[in-house]
Amino acid sequence: MIPAEFDYTAPASLEEAISALRQGGEDAKLLAGGHSLLPLMKLRLAAPSLLVDLRRVPGLAGVARGNGTWRIGALTPHAVLEHTPELGVVSAAAATIADPQVRNRGTIGGSLVHGDPASDLPAVMMACEASVTVQGPSGQRTIPALELFQGYMETALAADEVLTEVRMPVLDGWGFGYEKFNRRSEDWAMVAVSAVVNARDGTCEDVRVGLTNMGSVPLRAPAVEEALRGKQLDAESIAAAAEQAAEGTDPPADLNASAEYKRHLARVLCRRALEKAAGLSS
Amino acid sequence: MTTGGAAEQFIRVAAETTEAAPSPSIHVGQAMRRKEDPRLITGKGSYVEDINLTGQLWAAWVRSPEAHARIVSIDASAARARKGVHAVYTHEDLDIEASLPMIWVPPEIEVKTPHHPVLAKDEVNHVGDPVALVIGDDRYAVIDAVEDIVVEYDPLEVVVDPEKALEEGSPLVHEQLGTNKVCEWSLGGGDLEAGFAEADVVIERRIVNHRMAGAAIEPRGVLAEFRADRLTVWSSTQVPHFLRLFLSILLGVTEDKVRVIAPEVGGGFGSKLQVYAEEIGCAWASMKLGRPIKWIETRTEGFMVTHHGRDQIDTIRVGAKRDGTLTAWHAKIIADLGAYQMLLTPAIPPSSAFVMCGVYKTPAVQTDIVMVMTNKFGTDAIRGAGRPEATHMIEVTMDQVAHELGMDPLELRRKNFIPPFSNGHETPIGVTYDSGNYGGALDKLLEHIDPADVRREAEALRKRGVYRGIGFSTYTEICGNAPSRVIGPKGFGLQGGGWESATVRVHASGAVTLYTGTSPHGQGHETGFAQIVADRLGIDPAQVDVIHGDTATGPFGLDTYGSRSLSVGGEAAARAATKVAGKARQIVAHQLEAAPEDIELHEGRFSVRGSPDKGMTLPEVAGAAYVPDNLPEGMEPGLDEQSFYDPENFVFPFGAHACVVDVDAETGKVSVVRWVAVDDCGPAINPMLIDGQVHGGITHGIGQALYERIHYDESGQLVTGTFVDYALATAAELPSYETDRTETPSPVNSLRVKGVGEAGTIAASPAVVNAVIDALRPLGVDYINMPLTPMRVWEAIHEANGGVRA
Ligand SMILES: Cc1cc2nc3c(=O)[nH]c(=O)nc-3n(C[C@H](O)[C@H](O)[C@H](O)COP(=O)(O)OP(=O)(O)OC[C@H]3O[C@@H](n4cnc5c(N)ncnc54)[C@H](O)[C@@H]3O)c2cc1C
Repeated sequence: MIPAEFDYTAPASLEEAISALRQGGEDAKLLAGGHSLLPLMKLRLAAPSLLVDLRRVPGLAGVARGNGTWRIGALTPHAVLEHTPELGVVSAAAATIADPQVRNRGTIGGSLVHGDPASDLPAVMMACEASVTVQGPSGQRTIPALELFQGYMETALAADEVLTEVRMPVLDGWGFGYEKFNRRSEDWAMVAVSAVVNARDGTCEDVRVGLTNMGSVPLRAPAVEEALRGKQLDAESIAAAAEQAAEGTDPPADLNASAEYKRHLARVLCRRALEKAAGLSS
Repeated sequence: MTTGGAAEQFIRVAAETTEAAPSPSIHVGQAMRRKEDPRLITGKGSYVEDINLTGQLWAAWVRSPEAHARIVSIDASAARARKGVHAVYTHEDLDIEASLPMIWVPPEIEVKTPHHPVLAKDEVNHVGDPVALVIGDDRYAVIDAVEDIVVEYDPLEVVVDPEKALEEGSPLVHEQLGTNKVCEWSLGGGDLEAGFAEADVVIERRIVNHRMAGAAIEPRGVLAEFRADRLTVWSSTQVPHFLRLFLSILLGVTEDKVRVIAPEVGGGFGSKLQVYAEEIGCAWASMKLGRPIKWIETRTEGFMVTHHGRDQIDTIRVGAKRDGTLTAWHAKIIADLGAYQMLLTPAIPPSSAFVMCGVYKTPAVQTDIVMVMTNKFGTDAIRGAGRPEATHMIEVTMDQVAHELGMDPLELRRKNFIPPFSNGHETPIGVTYDSGNYGGALDKLLEHIDPADVRREAEALRKRGVYRGIGFSTYTEICGNAPSRVIGPKGFGLQGGGWESATVRVHASGAVTLYTGTSPHGQGHETGFAQIVADRLGIDPAQVDVIHGDTATGPFGLDTYGSRSLSVGGEAAARAATKVAGKARQIVAHQLEAAPEDIELHEGRFSVRGSPDKGMTLPEVAGAAYVPDNLPEGMEPGLDEQSFYDPENFVFPFGAHACVVDVDAETGKVSVVRWVAVDDCGPAINPMLIDGQVHGGITHGIGQALYERIHYDESGQLVTGTFVDYALATAAELPSYETDRTETPSPVNSLRVKGVGEAGTIAASPAVVNAVIDALRPLGVDYINMPLTPMRVWEAIHEANGGVRA
């Protein structure tokens, strides 16, 4: 519970932050809400030599909508997403993160870059086909959420890059469902499933399903999507499609959930999320 | 209470033991708000962490990452060279010969007890075993230095499963003892064979009562200062008096020169009823270095090296006739004690035996206990300490019997309840319950909840895939530790007594201080005890300051655990207050020229019966006592009285709880949706304090049933070492509890009270398990072991379904 020694800086601009990261080298880390990084440091599972706190960098927080796109600043706390219901499945997922303290401090940028497959937002971003804007020493680039998560707690960002913004297509008219399964309300997901569905006249035009904690990275469930796309959206087709939810997954077992149980949960939660998205349940 | 009976040890209690005269109940019985809360909730409490002394240094411990290994070498050179480090000590440096204490020496039984050093010598026996002690300028310096110390270990074979540990050829936790078996201990009464022979059905279940932690909100902490030949130790402990004694013994400082202070203590639940290596080690270092030494436990250490509880594998057999009449109980307990025997470790499993027939008349009862060591941390008292395990066995099995006989579980219970009694009921094992009315508590419970309603709701819910069930638990337990002659060296074998003390001091101004030998750590003694004293002195509870937890201020005491504070310590307070009132009466009688018998308390004054205008207030009496120019002939000045009270018997609270759960059959997730509790701890001193204890207790029991679990993997690594993995139930998971009481007076003490600190926990876990099984009977589920995690419940449904996925 006592972190190792580290230096701390809170630069006032993005440029300064990036150069501080560069000068700090491999062991420098950005600090956003601190609700993933600081626990690791206190347990001495992480020991960065320098923390570059983003809190004074202007323009990194807030939610805006324009041209069919949501723009969410990296420092936007989960609580703001939770209280922006127009964000649909993102809002629903944010509302399930831990408790109010964590939601007030934790940020979307931190959650995505931390890259924990058990976190709620990463798979949701994949289901929403969002992308992130990152800024580094040699400029800005865009990474689709589908390419962001490279391995267990490993993302496509370089050590000296800052995630500045999340961009996400507006999904007006799409139905959504977020089903998170945990033992206690404040726990991380044992498994969670996010579903967004675009239906016309009862037919599923498009559907995307995200899987949380079903592998070393957040996943999509392509077999479910294929099974449902173009089908009549009813309980039967949903149940049949949801049976594919664990297809190709290799979830890690832990004390409270075997791989088999997690696969079972994925199927159940997938069906429930799709039923919600299709308006068959509330 | 030793093997094979000594029934006569148990008392026939009677009114003559109740020395404290009755007094008008003005404040007693009121739901007064806790006096301690304003300071606690405004951050004005002072915990060990808040106390800092000039020149203070910090301590940190190098702990074994291995569950069992020989220590090959320890290289502390880098740590010693680190800036801010004052000393690194290993076993060789410590000149402490005695073992950390274990105080159970039952007559005629050998309890195999390994030497338990403050720092591991040559060998480590569990993860977290301390190997070196680092002292430095601040907390950061010592924790950094710990990482500099290189310990080379030669791993030894590990055993974590108590049944395997008993097998021939098992790795030995302590090679030199030649066995992992600590001892066998039995208690029984009645003809067991005849009991089972008479039975039409015999039910046997294997019940795993898993290990859990105390998980108090305040971690442990120690601050030790040795100055001018005196040792003062602040510790987050439940037992300052025990700690003082063992500091004196282990460190060779006479007891009069040792002072232990338990300042504000943020919970214990038994886990701080201990004498810990860290307490002795820090005190030793302060003597060595002449500087105050401070250590505050991290939460990770808390899970690793603060004692655990439970961890029994129980095989319970019960016999019953067709009509439901119980004929025999037989419990076989394998108790996993962990690697070392701590203060009371082997004395805990026997507590299961004392209530092994619960609230039921049964002609024959037998408990056979085997205690065994494994490469895990020690178990010891955790809330309920043995009684939750017994109650769980009994109450879960009662439902199994009811199902087997096709009887309603409540009907089965009623059929076997010991009928109401007010002054002693002796069970076959020679324990005399003090008073009870088990049917009364159940009747009261059913005023609040109708099982038929729940069944109707269940029916409707099932259409949505939700399985609702109801479970009951009707319990009694043994607490109020304790009659010294029963628990002491010649009886059960504890090397100590069970009395409690109190001093009531009326100051010259009439202000009142109560010094209690108990050591509360969240229960609310400052309020409840003040109510008791106030009524006896005709003053307001706000005027009674309750001082506790400091061995230098109060009388010698025996601290707080085993739901003993009120029924033993509160009684001592009542008696001391009664003595003060008696002296006050004499002074008033003398000054007002009346007979002492004619002086009564009336509206806050000691006044002459029949002439209420003639009287004296307590401050006036105090003035007369401390300016003694007109006292009765031969009377000593002062108004300050002490009482030592050793109870004649334990007390046996009881009650009836009902739990309603919803089970999501698809996922196996259990939600507790309703809880009704009727508890009987005698007449309430303060109903709000009782509610507080009952709420916390139930939460602890639900916690064990559904969420909490200390788990070691096969290599002896602690898997549940943070609050992420050790799942404590939170308010979000729990319903709002509905509580009520019946009040059956205890004949044991003048307050007529019984303890209530552990009752909720003792009652709760079987009610949850029974409710879940009740919910899942339609799916063919017959039994599930705790903790009822979603996966476990799902697997049970799955298996009952013949392997078909639900
Ligand atoms: C008790 C508790 C329970 C929790 N439960 C959940 C849960 O149920 N679900 C869930 O999803 N999460 C949960 N969390 C995690 C929480 O949501 C975190 O806040 C979040 O994962 C990280 O966000 P942060 O802003 O705190 O990031 P930090 O902790 O500040 O940073 C995390 C990592 O991201 C990097 N980083 C941060 N911001 C940027 C950026 N803009 N660009 C590049 N790198 C960056 C940091 O360097 C660090 O490596 C829980 C946390 C706690 C303490």
